[in-house]
Amino acid sequence: MNDQRIQEKLSILADAAKYDVSCSSSGGKRKNESKGLGNAEGMGICHSYTEDGRCVSLLKILLTNHCIFDCAYCVSRKSNDVKRAAFTVDEVVDLTMNFYRRNYIEGLFLSSGIFSSPDYTMERLVRIIKKLRTEHNFNGYIHVKAIPGASEELIQEAGLYADRLSVNIELPSEMSLQNLAPEKNYKEILTPMAQIRDGITKNKEEKALFKKVPQFATAGQSTQLIVGASAENDLQIISLTDSLYKGYGLKRVYYSGYIPITDDARLPQVTQPPLIREHRLYQTDWLMRFYGFQADEILDPAHPFLDLEVDPKLAWALRNRHVFPIDVNTADFEMILRIPGVGARSAKRIVAARRFAPITLDHLHKFGVVLKRAKFFLTCRGQALSTRDYDEQTIRRQILFGAGSVRSALVTQQLDLFAQAS
Amino acid sequence: MSRSLTPNNRRATTAVATNASSSRRIAPELSNAALDYAYDGSFEGLLTVLFTVYDRKSAPNSIQPLGAVQGGLFAMPVQIDTDDATAARVWEGLLRYMDKEARTRLFHTFLSEQSDRELLIFRYADLAMRAGRDISDNYADDNVRRVASIAQQMYREKHRMEAFVRFEKTSDGLFHATIDPDFDVLPLIAPHFTKRYADQRWLIFDKRRRYGLYYDLQRTDIVEFESTGPQRNTAISATVLDEREPLFKLLWQSYFDHVNIPERKNIKLHRRHMPLRYWRYLSEKQPREQRFEPIKNKRPIG
Repeated sequence: MNDQRIQEKLSILADAAKYDVSCSSSGGKRKNESKGLGNAEGMGICHSYTEDGRCVSLLKILLTNHCIFDCAYCVSRKSNDVKRAAFTVDEVVDLTMNFYRRNYIEGLFLSSGIFSSPDYTMERLVRIIKKLRTEHNFNGYIHVKAIPGASEELIQEAGLYADRLSVNIELPSEMSLQNLAPEKNYKEILTPMAQIRDGITKNKEEKALFKKVPQFATAGQSTQLIVGASAENDLQIISLTDSLYKGYGLKRVYYSGYIPITDDARLPQVTQPPLIREHRLYQTDWLMRFYGFQADEILDPAHPFLDLEVDPKLAWALRNRHVFPIDVNTADFEMILRIPGVGARSAKRIVAARRFAPITLDHLHKFGVVLKRAKFFLTCRGQALSTRDYDEQTIRRQILFGAGSVRSALVTQQLDLFAQAS
Repeated sequence: MSRSLTPNNRRATTAVATNASSSRRIAPELSNAALDYAYDGSFEGLLTVLFTVYDRKSAPNSIQPLGAVQGGLFAMPVQIDTDDATAARVWEGLLRYMDKEARTRLFHTFLSEQSDRELLIFRYADLAMRAGRDISDNYADDNVRRVASIAQQMYREKHRMEAFVRFEKTSDGLFHATIDPDFDVLPLIAPHFTKRYADQRWLIFDKRRRYGLYYDLQRTDIVEFESTGPQRNTAISATVLDEREPLFKLLWQSYFDHVNIPERKNIKLHRRHMPLRYWRYLSEKQPREQRFEPIKNKRPIG
């Protein structure tokens, strides 16, 4: 293997893979029982962080950036004049094994441009992960892309060796997909997604019945939506997310703020990726998955966009003042979790500790509650920190600009950009 | 000072095990004059001190490792000899008053090397033995919250070491790494690395505490290096490295540079996740031998 050539390939194919933002390496059930290499049980590990603050958990590469498709938002699109490269099966195996042995990575994230045909591409991806599992006794985490249009048999086989499978929807509506990625359609994306869902369900049922059943994508499936490359509002994006979690049992939906890569007239002419919007979407996603919020509580046709200035939980609380104040000594866990400034950990501590002694404001501070926000929404032992009954706008101003307000650098920076633009 | 991978390697005696949780005796009043205690610095030593405290009914003014005994001019610390059998009894006995997770937090508190760790462990154990019910969720109590927060810090440091270890392969096939963690976490990371790297020999060396973990394809052991001897050269010199080692280091650096998205640059976030003090052990944060050449795959707007 020519060292310099392999370095060049790695540079090209890592660079082309990085816009897929999925990074998770958690939730696997693969144990190292064979005295082989690696273990993908339970929690994932972020081994490094790049200067953009994103974690590096997996060796995330394309098998090749040759592609027969011409999706406007993609750096590897057919019409783009870029250097092309392709790994051999052995090169990917060698890189994965050697990176893993040095504790650089949790495993492999393998995707690819589509060359010749979807089946041809998928077959190569499967060959790599099969070799890692069967010939090299590799038990690290593997996330592999299901190529839309690939045959059911190949996707089924991929699920045997991979911990996670994913198909990217990319554009949050079929109309945008038709406009920007004319060779793709929703049906070809949703078909493998449904197949993976059914494979996972079947596998779980078999496991309940039989002792030894081959694994099938035990870390579940995920997808990605590009934000800001097309005109959808946040309500459309979150409704789609909600239906993916409920209808397809996805483990994660990732949001990728569109990074301007081309002057194609079909794409918005911007210079900065919409980072706060992406951040607010992730916060909303968390509220739905871990805080018991329903999608339509956060966004509705009257409020189709997330508030960029304040987080969605605070925004909900401001719109629903009738629910507050909540008494931390008597309220249910679910309601305490809805107080702005109270996270999952402090909510648990409040509920646990109040069995021993009544909670005071001093306790709340020590539990890590952000009183700057929480004080407008809670009482303890009938005592409130903010005695006056403020209206929505006043609370908002106090939290954003009042004493001790620390605004995220990201928000300040991007809102300044908006101010300049207008 | 002796080190061990587990708090106590002795098996529990059946007599104690059957007692668990059913008999919750309230600890005796510490009615005699308080004492200053000294012990050998091992966890077993501290457990022996705990036993002595209740045996003598003398609360501790202080509990300090032998080498570090301080105190007033007239303080005469009582030196407690470590007794493994007693330590094992205390370790098992703690389960009458707390669950295994809470007990593990006490061991983690010990490994945290906080200057008041011994008294904190005593106060927590004493509170548990007098409470009449499980106190591990009583976050309203300062000691309970402190132990929980130390355990959380230890967990974070353990997790960081599982992430930030960078092995280098030597010419004889050993994977070697040097670390300098804030706390003594080697005992905590041993199971993780043993499970994961079962088919390669590896050594993780804690530079500050001068001891390491060594896995020989069968089991993982503690290896100690004499602190009085000549400074051991922890950076393995290039001559003994595997011939492909420089290549993989280069490829890793190259990969690291290319997965970054410059349009999203956020150094503050980068440094929050990967604090500066860990950089010297991370090969991707070392100076590059080649200049970074971005891939030209974008057509800028305008």
